[in-house]
Amino acid sequence: MADAPLPVKRMTFGEAGVAAALAILAVAALIITGRSTDAGYTFHAFLFTIASALAVLLIVNRYMSRPAELPPREIDGRPNYNMGPVKFATIASLFWGVAGFLVGLVIALQLAFPVLNFDLPWFSFGRMRPLHTSAVIFAFGGNALLATSLYVVQRTSRARLVGDLAPWFVVLGYNFFIVIAGTGYLLGITQSKEYAEPEWYADLWLTVVWVVYFLVFLGTIMKRREPHIYVANWFFIAFILTVAVLHLGNGAAVPVSIFSPKSYIIWAGVQDAMIQWWYGHNAVGFFLTAGFLGIMYYFIPKRAERPVYSYRLSVVHFWALIFLYIWAGPHHLHYTALPDWAQTLGMTFSVMLWMPSWGGMINGLMTLSGAWDKLRTDPVLRMMVVSVAFYGMSTFEGPLMSVKVVNSLSHYTDWTIGHVHSGALGWVGYISFGAIYCLVPWLWNKKGLYSLKLVNWHFWLSSLGIVLYISSMWVAGILQGLMWRAYTSLGFLEFSFVETVEAMNPFYLIRALGGLLFIAGVALMVINIWLTITTDRYEELPEARPAAAPAG
Amino acid sequence: MAEQSKPHVDEYTGVDTTGHVWDGIRELNKPLPRWWLWIFYATIVWSIGYWVVYPSWPLITGHLNGVLGWNSRTAVLEDLKGLQDLRAPMVNRLADAEIAGVADDAELLDFTMAFGRAAFGDNCAPCHGAGGGGAVGYPNLIDDDWIWGGQIDEIRHTIAYGVGNDHPDSRLGIMQAFGRDEILDGEQIADVASYVRTLSGLEPAPDTDVEAGAVVFAENCVDCHGEEGLGDHELGAPNLADAIWLFGSDHATITETIQNGRQGNMPAWEERLGATTVTALAVYVHSLGGGE
Repeated sequence: MADAPLPVKRMTFGEAGVAAALAILAVAALIITGRSTDAGYTFHAFLFTIASALAVLLIVNRYMSRPAELPPREIDGRPNYNMGPVKFATIASLFWGVAGFLVGLVIALQLAFPVLNFDLPWFSFGRMRPLHTSAVIFAFGGNALLATSLYVVQRTSRARLVGDLAPWFVVLGYNFFIVIAGTGYLLGITQSKEYAEPEWYADLWLTVVWVVYFLVFLGTIMKRREPHIYVANWFFIAFILTVAVLHLGNGAAVPVSIFSPKSYIIWAGVQDAMIQWWYGHNAVGFFLTAGFLGIMYYFIPKRAERPVYSYRLSVVHFWALIFLYIWAGPHHLHYTALPDWAQTLGMTFSVMLWMPSWGGMINGLMTLSGAWDKLRTDPVLRMMVVSVAFYGMSTFEGPLMSVKVVNSLSHYTDWTIGHVHSGALGWVGYISFGAIYCLVPWLWNKKGLYSLKLVNWHFWLSSLGIVLYISSMWVAGILQGLMWRAYTSLGFLEFSFVETVEAMNPFYLIRALGGLLFIAGVALMVINIWLTITTDRYEELPEARPAAAPAG
Repeated sequence: MAEQSKPHVDEYTGVDTTGHVWDGIRELNKPLPRWWLWIFYATIVWSIGYWVVYPSWPLITGHLNGVLGWNSRTAVLEDLKGLQDLRAPMVNRLADAEIAGVADDAELLDFTMAFGRAAFGDNCAPCHGAGGGGAVGYPNLIDDDWIWGGQIDEIRHTIAYGVGNDHPDSRLGIMQAFGRDEILDGEQIADVASYVRTLSGLEPAPDTDVEAGAVVFAENCVDCHGEEGLGDHELGAPNLADAIWLFGSDHATITETIQNGRQGNMPAWEERLGATTVTALAVYVHSLGGGE
């Protein structure tokens, strides 16, 4: 072999094609930069120009310095995993998480002290709120999903990610979308659809990135060296595929002109509302539930070193979950212009969704059987198990709130905010933190985390924060709902709206305090992760107890 | 790969696994938990029952109506009608009553105050405050200083037709922009602002000429605010000689008022809320403290 001639170094079709496409995009974006009359849009077009040109440079530079052959899929029969994009998404997830949580604290304080809007348009609640929701869901959660899905699919398929540039295109392109979306909110560019605020050009860009993500994921599964597809990957596929369908359906819009950021949604009236909540609810179902169940199904058994509790349950609850979830959106539109029959279906499908959701909780918690003692010694595992408990709580609360008689009290109140955050902080937050705590030592080849004590502090600070957050919002929401519907014996409303707003103030303060504690925990996590990566110190997991005794 | 599909028993539980291993992870071959399955079935049965009873599945034309014949549009109309029926006897009594006589009928007064309070909270509180205490630019309704008059029928007129809107009966009070329209120069404005402050016993600003201000006042302001600055309810000109200030009593704010003028705005409520609700509001506001 040593005598074999070196292969001729050629630019691959992918390198040349992507570089050419990005070069065309850079020129097109430059033309738009020159012609646009909207300052925010000009800025975005300019960002597209810079980013595309930079990407072309990076591709060429990488080509110049790389060996003639691309990295092999396997070395000595062992998969040659591609972990660069996973590392990037892991760090990006933490970075955006901190940003998104801080903005959340700001808007919580703005609700308690309106003067904190400072009369600055970009700093006002109306623009900061979508910045918060998108930053935590799509930037923090999205990068956590990218990192874990691209890690898990490789490990459980024993196959390197397919594509050479494609995995990097996915993570960098996705984070570029986040920059466009986030700066757009601050500049006042929005199509005013909740959780889908970015305008048409950001949506188009995301579509391209997402299709490549789907192809990379599916391609890797098709090249797997395992006979079966692991359950976590079913959930990841459902997440990626359904989010694509939702994004295309809800984002269907006609731009005013290619030189304008403004577009008009093709749906109108109650149909638009229905499409919006079909999207909105399934963003919860497939992004925040199915995707994060994928994380749960890999990281909990891995960390607990126990088998998944029931294979059969995972099959049944997977299919039941994805079949039922897609119908549940109308429960966001109870007692509105939406026809009664659609409200009924939304409600009943939400109720039927209760057990399929709990299937994931049972499989998560019962996987611990034989390893419960590890909760005492391993704060990372404890975090993930508490996450599953929050998942169980909010997937019970969700069907409950979808029942019309409950919804007539809870709808439009802060109860909804409490419900969302028990899912967001407890479930999505904790399972992501747990996964990142596991991933970082594996990815950076460390023997363990810098400090388990810091993880412990993170766990307790943030848990206290979550408890303050959700209990204050429960009380606030129920109080609000009861005040809104209170009538006097003479037949008049007992409270004016302003009085109900005033009554919320103490709870808004408690909620902000809860958010602050949650962030304090995350700050410890950032320090811990930073020191894990940059130093070689690590804290060994204490032995829980001697190996589990066989069943007798 | 072949060895991965070998039968395997989990040591701890004694349960078979499926035999597959992914990155060290196995799966137990456990049946579905019974309680889980039965609750799942129960929610399905309950949903089917609900579909029979309430409007549900869409058909080619229309949809299943449900055996109860319930629909939310009828339900809300019934609720509203129940509320109207509850209020009707007293609302009719109020509609037929003379506004000045409401206070003499204890039962009607009770009802009217409750009515007025509810309407005030939903319509007036955003500007005038939940308790009627007002805010900068929005008059305080619980003192005895009235821009457009504090008699009950004057209050009713102000509420019914509003201020500075295009209703033909709207009250209209415009304070000119004396500075912006170049009627007075900066020095004259500073002087007259100091003079206005002395009307209510406040200190004039340094480096201003109060006597010159008095001359400016006499030449420009007395037509509306009166020689002693006591104001005029007919014109909506505020009293400048008391301690109550709509926009603020500091020299800078008064200067700003004279420089750029002021104009009150309030909607004409009668066309939105109806005559009886406006009457209830007038009775309520009149009672707040300062009604004349």
